Amino acid sequence: MKTSSAVKKTRSTSSSRSGKQRSGAHWIKLDAQGVYYKDLNRQIRSLALQGDRRFEIHNVFGQRYLGTNLWGIEGRDRIVIRVYGTPGSDMGAFMDGPRIEVFGNAQDATGNTMNCGQIAIHGSAGDVLGYGMRGGEIYVRDNVGYRVGIHMKEYRDKIPTVVIGGTMQDFFGEYMAGGRIIVLNKFFADNPPVRRSYFIGTGMHGGNIYVRGDVDLHQIGAEVGIASPTDAEWKIIEKYVHNFCKVFGLEENKAKLLKRHKFTRLYAKSSRPYGRLYAY
Amino acid sequence: MKDLSKVNNPYNDEKVISQCSIFGMMSTVGELFSGKAIITAVANMHDRGNGLGGGFAIYGCYPDRSEDYCLQIMFNTRVSREETEVYLKRFFHINHAEEIPTFPTKAIKNPPDVWRYFVQPKLEELHEIISEDDVVTRRVFTINTTLEGAYVFSSGKNMGVFKGVGFPEEIAEYFGLEHYQGYIWTAHGRFPTNTQGWWGGAHPFSLLDWTVVHNGEISSYGANRRFLEMYDYVCSMHTDTEVVAYAVDLLARRHGLPVEVVMDIFSPPVWEQIDRMGPEERVYFEALRNTYGPLLLNGPFAIIVAHHGEMVAHTDRIRLRPMVAGIRGDMVYASSEESAIRLVSPQLDRVWIPVGGHPIIARIKDTPGQEVVKGGRELDKGEKAEEFPTC
Repeated sequence: MKTSSAVKKTRSTSSSRSGKQRSGAHWIKLDAQGVYYKDLNRQIRSLALQGDRRFEIHNVFGQRYLGTNLWGIEGRDRIVIRVYGTPGSDMGAFMDGPRIEVFGNAQDATGNTMNCGQIAIHGSAGDVLGYGMRGGEIYVRDNVGYRVGIHMKEYRDKIPTVVIGGTMQDFFGEYMAGGRIIVLNKFFADNPPVRRSYFIGTGMHGGNIYVRGDVDLHQIGAEVGIASPTDAEWKIIEKYVHNFCKVFGLEENKAKLLKRHKFTRLYAKSSRPYGRLYAY
Repeated sequence: MKDLSKVNNPYNDEKVISQCSIFGMMSTVGELFSGKAIITAVANMHDRGNGLGGGFAIYGCYPDRSEDYCLQIMFNTRVSREETEVYLKRFFHINHAEEIPTFPTKAIKNPPDVWRYFVQPKLEELHEIISEDDVVTRRVFTINTTLEGAYVFSSGKNMGVFKGVGFPEEIAEYFGLEHYQGYIWTAHGRFPTNTQGWWGGAHPFSLLDWTVVHNGEISSYGANRRFLEMYDYVCSMHTDTEVVAYAVDLLARRHGLPVEVVMDIFSPPVWEQIDRMGPEERVYFEALRNTYGPLLLNGPFAIIVAHHGEMVAHTDRIRLRPMVAGIRGDMVYASSEESAIRLVSPQLDRVWIPVGGHPIIARIKDTPGQEVVKGGRELDKGEKAEEFPTC
């Protein structure tokens, strides 16, 4: 990528308010065309440190690690980044608070080890979404690729949640230790159904996967159990499907999506599936 | 060789965060276009490589000499060129020979000489009946394995491979590739993992007009190599991708298998899946796995294979390396990252992530209304559409 440190910036209102902490209410428009990812991310961090909270980034072509370097900024949970284009891999990696909305598809490793915040993708995402995720929410309107939700974990009230409108591919929730993933198997855009996925939840030892539709035994790992959502879990599913519909403006689908008898719950049969493997 | 810690990793923690980049684009109506778009696209994935290899394959670039085999050969020394030329004169009619024009840039250091020879093999030298293609293949292996410091980059008709040590955009500048025209282009940015970065080890790998660019690692290299040696293929480039080029030549050209079948040999379904198939498909996959088991490619890979008239994007069975396909009008794209496609074609008729082990095949359009892109067949083999839980 041709590197350029000049990020074109336009503020929707006056741009010189030096010396005063900005309210962050204005949308800052950035043009990322030809801008190297490090320069783009530095620019966003420096503006956020000055008090800006709302960013619209246009012409994004593969810039990586968006949202990663906003750690430690006070009020970072109010930061909103709207991405127009195709963000690069590792978007929201280690992210701790901000919200990213993508108008397009995301590439691989979205939300890698994310700690807090929200990602919404108006399209599909690639492989390894939510890898090692430990908190926050990810909504994907369409499909996701392979190895999504691997090693997700939870601790007390920090329970990461992923909602997928379409389908997933193989090794979904592999080695999952906590958190929840909801798969709606519904095709909102003009994207045809992909094939069934296999090796779901292989090595799973915590957390829950809720799939709208049937899951066959040959699709899941040996460590996975099949059940129906409990009453308490159904409340959670309702809440997140409601959020999903709100985020993508799909409220008219909510009643159809929320048919409890259609949901399958996949859970870890044991919290230590390999506990006795090497024991003598 | 460059010091990796200085080039790529200022923290010296022995970790280099990068992957190869691959990109391919094809006009399915055979229209020629310049290298500008693909150079822009692969340069956008600069960070996936580390400057130790870049290269391009161009199809349709020598229309005036389209009947001749074009041998593009790198020479480490003047002596290696002189020796090779003696060999070439003995076994080929050389219709034209020239040094490939280059545009020296600071980024490209100590380049070897790269020449191209438009030739016809001398069949009268032979005491057996074999095809012209087989004769050329045999000569290529002799040059690669016995002539010191000479390596054949490509040996097909009306096509050429341009590669070297550098980032792909630097290699493109060095060879002036924006001035070439072709109807299929593939490109590669390299991050060598197991072997050194050297000019012959850059991608694409090629034999006759088959080329392969590859991201990943062929863990089955040893088994594949031993199988190919039985068919007179000699690996000499010190890297795993080489076996893919030779395997394609063996299966598609010599054994006459369609590329769909070749890709099924490379990444067949696992036995557990085969057990669930209907009888017809089960017989097919059992036959492939029994006959060509040693050519199963194991390990993570995404490849773009091309030859005249076809471009194939393919990944391993569980897609351990990324691949995105896109279509706009008559153009078909395949790339490691969607962003690179969008950069050169912001509007796409369709963009999708292929299922692992299911090839996307773009073909030249022979008849109107023909389906030019095969694949993206999302359902699994042996699985009926109505079984899919769309609700």
